[in-house]
Amino acid sequence: MRCRIAGVGLLGPGLPGWAASRPILAGQAAWEAGPVALPPPAALPATERRRTSASVRLALAAAAEAAAASGLPPAELETVFASSNGDGAVVGAILEALSAEDGAISPTQFHNSVHNAAAGYWGIAAGSMRPSVSLGGHDDSFPSGLLQAAAATVARGAPVLFCAYDAPLPPPLQAHRPTEAPFAAALVLVPETHGAGTPLTVDLVETAAEGAAGPLASLVAGNPAARALPLLQALAAGRAGRIGLPLADGGAVVLELGAP
Amino acid sequence: MVLPLAMPALTATSAMGVGVEATRAALHGRRGGLSPCDLPGMPPGIWVGRVPGLEEVALPAELARFDCRNNRLAELALRQDGFAEAAEAAAARFGAHRVAVVLGTSTAGIAETEAAYARRDANGALPDDFDFAHTHDLHALPRYVRARLGLRGPAVSISTACTSGARSFLEAGALIAAGVCDAAVVGGVDTLCRMTLHGFNALELLSKAACRPCAADRDGISIGEAAGFALLMRPEDAPSGSPLLLGTGASADGHHMSSPHPEGLGAVAAMRAALDAAGGGAVDYINLHGTGTRANDAMEGVAVRTLFGDSVPCSSTKGWTGHTLGASGALEAVIAAICVADGLVPGCLGVEAPDPAFGVDVATGNRALPVRRVLSNSFGFGGSNCALVIGRA
Repeated sequence: MRCRIAGVGLLGPGLPGWAASRPILAGQAAWEAGPVALPPPAALPATERRRTSASVRLALAAAAEAAAASGLPPAELETVFASSNGDGAVVGAILEALSAEDGAISPTQFHNSVHNAAAGYWGIAAGSMRPSVSLGGHDDSFPSGLLQAAAATVARGAPVLFCAYDAPLPPPLQAHRPTEAPFAAALVLVPETHGAGTPLTVDLVETAAEGAAGPLASLVAGNPAARALPLLQALAAGRAGRIGLPLADGGAVVLELGAP
Repeated sequence: MVLPLAMPALTATSAMGVGVEATRAALHGRRGGLSPCDLPGMPPGIWVGRVPGLEEVALPAELARFDCRNNRLAELALRQDGFAEAAEAAAARFGAHRVAVVLGTSTAGIAETEAAYARRDANGALPDDFDFAHTHDLHALPRYVRARLGLRGPAVSISTACTSGARSFLEAGALIAAGVCDAAVVGGVDTLCRMTLHGFNALELLSKAACRPCAADRDGISIGEAAGFALLMRPEDAPSGSPLLLGTGASADGHHMSSPHPEGLGAVAAMRAALDAAGGGAVDYINLHGTGTRANDAMEGVAVRTLFGDSVPCSSTKGWTGHTLGASGALEAVIAAICVADGLVPGCLGVEAPDPAFGVDVATGNRALPVRRVLSNSFGFGGSNCALVIGRA
């Protein structure tokens, strides 16, 4: 499947946005781990903004950066959100509440617990009625989400905003599904005929080795969304190349990044 | 998109029946599957649509780590209507790597996590035998089904609340159109769990009896559990006469997290997109999302009236099954195919007086008439909307 990357967004430890992180990703500056600042989404009305959790803020920050970089109106982008854990803080709080004597849970937390909460807030923030899908994927959330986003771009001939994000789960879930620091990566994919943007092909193959992330390998190991890093590093360096993303149960997604 | 797609195999299991023939008999006989909730730890005084016998379903030994209520329901459904055999035949024909598994669920096996929380040790740790990845995780559902059917195409887990099952048809259609696969197992599975029932209870949306969608005096949802599966492929690859997926459409409300847009703008956009994708022909029956809440049904009535006036009979089948959440779109796609095959408009169960404010033709008794095309609606939290058109060429 052939398409183009027209915008990129990023947020992770020591990686405060795509534009700000390009020298690190390109290997021109050293990476240092640091806390991830999660800004309240400015485009949301105040009442909605207050209700957003860390994972929603994480997703919307990367999505907004990619959309802005693409130069396309955010309201006109279809969206694909992919997350292994969803909103673990909200789900964890509900599980705690269900364990209490009366089992009563918060109505606001319940509707924020849906896996498409980030997508819902994005639609409100962008004023968008375009189709939006939210995917899981466990350790494969990035490759399977990107495969689906590329398929949507090709099949429907429309620009698609793809955002992979994951935040750590609270205890005691964290011990059974370890996720390190928050990480989000977003790409605006446009049809190949769009003209502008870095060429990208996304294909499913029998087998491929995982792309290397060099000094950022610890991030890849700690968060499924950070499997975007080898692609982002090649993009930042302006380097064409082939990047493998093997899938947990066999098969692999292979990316061919063209010259910018 | 390349539509239509054929659905040479379909199956559904819900409180109204295990498999297509039982579902069909319940629709014609107007026998609903809702009953007072007898599961422990649930809100008092509610009704649910429970699939009997799930507790006795065993997964194949080599896949035992996937054991949870949700995957047991998936297993039970895959055994009906020759579905597993049809998926295996598709793998033999196209190559196992050319058959995708695209499935929706809202809560997967979270009931296992609820049970594990009740078994925490003195330090608050969950028991060692709790397997998050193969039960709670959304991806556990397509991974289980893919392994169970011996498929090797992409596994995709969709979770867009109550549109998850319907949305799987649209996403698989994109994979086939883009050349990633030649066929796909699509559908949805959701099972009763405390999170969902207490969540809707907290929102004060649960009926105290069997839900009565579209009734003037409707008082909320009954939650149910279900699995619905379809095998999708290009029509030229399927036996002639297979039910067709003629159109798919989706939209977002961009309005509010839990309240639908009052004028149903998102619902109208999704229905219009599905009708356009189907080539714009007439539909003969609309299977409503029709949950039984005041707000959803009122919104949907407005949206249907906007597009169709009172010219097309419509109803909700959730009076039979309850609202099966992420499975509902898939379950109701199978029901739509039954309606086309049988020339049936199943009138809302237990509704004496439909809400006159809708201004649409709500069927309250079964009608026998030619049904060539059915529009099936699904709407969900987060402002997610999806519509399918199912019928004949």
